[in-house]
Amino acid sequence: MNRLSDASVWRRLQPVVALVLVAASIGIPLWLVLVTAAKSQGEALQPDLSLPSKWHLLENLGQVWGDGKVLQATLGSLLVVVPSVVGVLLFGSMAAWILARRASRLNAVLYALAISGIVLPPAVVTVVLLLRQLGLAGTAVGMIGVYMGIYMSTVIFFVTGFVRTIPDSLEEAAQLDGASPLRVFWLVVLPLLRPVLATATILVCLYVWNDVFYAFFVIGGRLDTLPLNLFRVASAGLYLNNWHLIFAYVILMSLPLVVVFAVAQRKIISGITSGAVK
Amino acid sequence: MLTTTPARQSMPRRTTTRGRPVVRRRTHPMWFMAPAFAILLVFFFLPTLFNFVYAFTDWSGFKSTIRPVGLENFTDLASNGTLFRSLRVTVVYAVLVAVFQNAFGFGLAVLLERDTLVNRVARVFFLIPVLMSALAVGYIFQALLKPTGGLNRLLGIDYAWLGDTTWTIVVVALIHAWKWMGLSMLIYLAGLKTIPEDIVEAAHIDGASRWRTFWTVRFPLLAPAITFNVATALLGSMNGFDVAQATTGGGPARTTEILNIFIYRTFGQGLFAQATTMSLVLFLLVALMAFPVIYVLRKREEVL
Repeated sequence: MNRLSDASVWRRLQPVVALVLVAASIGIPLWLVLVTAAKSQGEALQPDLSLPSKWHLLENLGQVWGDGKVLQATLGSLLVVVPSVVGVLLFGSMAAWILARRASRLNAVLYALAISGIVLPPAVVTVVLLLRQLGLAGTAVGMIGVYMGIYMSTVIFFVTGFVRTIPDSLEEAAQLDGASPLRVFWLVVLPLLRPVLATATILVCLYVWNDVFYAFFVIGGRLDTLPLNLFRVASAGLYLNNWHLIFAYVILMSLPLVVVFAVAQRKIISGITSGAVK
Repeated sequence: MLTTTPARQSMPRRTTTRGRPVVRRRTHPMWFMAPAFAILLVFFFLPTLFNFVYAFTDWSGFKSTIRPVGLENFTDLASNGTLFRSLRVTVVYAVLVAVFQNAFGFGLAVLLERDTLVNRVARVFFLIPVLMSALAVGYIFQALLKPTGGLNRLLGIDYAWLGDTTWTIVVVALIHAWKWMGLSMLIYLAGLKTIPEDIVEAAHIDGASRWRTFWTVRFPLLAPAITFNVATALLGSMNGFDVAQATTGGGPARTTEILNIFIYRTFGQGLFAQATTMSLVLFLLVALMAFPVIYVLRKREEVL
């Protein structure tokens, strides 16, 4: 009897606990961003949780839009992220299809090599040297190549596991009709991979869109991306104690992701979870 | 995740029912793998190989020639204490992040398991930090944790959260864990969902308390989710940079200077060979730690 009443008390209490936890652990940091981004420079010198005496949010956003070259940085980010993600998914799936369907000793070795990059950290310093030798240093093409090299392993790992779970009867039917491997891959296999490609897209986008470490080495100072410019704005801003500008930039930079998330929230959540635990 | 069982299962099937290598060669040509492996070779394996070469040279931004110097970089870094301090800081940081991130993610998953409206909204909120830039997260907490910042005002104290040579690394690890706890939560939630209701009910009928059912029946079945979460948290934080750079920049007194911050700093100073040496150390550290960790975690799964 006692146990039962414990359970029902918890049932009533649980939503309260959940909401308090959200307010304290997520609400406070986000509130700090919002109020600080809306303060004048004088008020924001010592960032705290108080409301601004007068709201300067739009002004600050406007100033950062210019200082942080937000438009240019967004285009730069897109220029790097989109080809990286499309390329790594396409080439990764092509390789994964063969690795999953042709079981040989050679392919087992190739598979082990291909997924080793999930674990091993990229050699970030020497990649710069290599890019210089290739004439790709500081270029978008070099950056795209580096991102594809880093995340190829993740894509091959996810997609190979997925291909193994789908029967190959559909492929065989198309092959018997005389379709070339390219046609089979493009028209039959790729559409079947949609769920796992969704998972991989979300994960790779998340990492590449927010990356500043590799970008700093490869294209730092040559090409603007959103995280690189935040780094620049903040490094200068911290020196001048311009917290209002740093957080205005954080708001501008996070908006695209928030919009994408708001639209596709359910898909993103199921995409991440379905790929991770089978 | 990180599973090898499909490979083991599909091998025998392939040889018994589909042992037609000639057909496979025509329908699944090996050249399909060429673009992926070319990219891996040029942008991943070759730089890694270079690591093993240039860590033993005097490559720097100050001279045009590169000469081999043997183990000089290693002995320099070891003798001034940098090497072992950075290694220790990196390992401590990674372990702390793995513990905190999993504790938070697991706690949240258990708390928000029931599918109610409040829980669904709460889960979305905990995912916001996952989507945010880690750099932005770092700046937010730097502001929040200033001696005169928001948290100290709330608590009525004036502790320098990011200025303590002993405890700041714990604070930074907590921030890193805060950023990623939503992802761990999602994976634990998915793991909890895969546990069949009837097993839990059977335990109840046998008279096990809720507490006991949870720890003896449901918790062990979460092993795959734990493997994934611990491995990704450990490896992700060993390769971390953004959070530590944005909160402390490696300070105070270099007590939070993880390997990637050292690499970033020395690279910026033009000391390329030193940066490469540390990059190689990171590579070896991750390789040495990753395989035993994954092996042990997978062994635990097999016992079930």
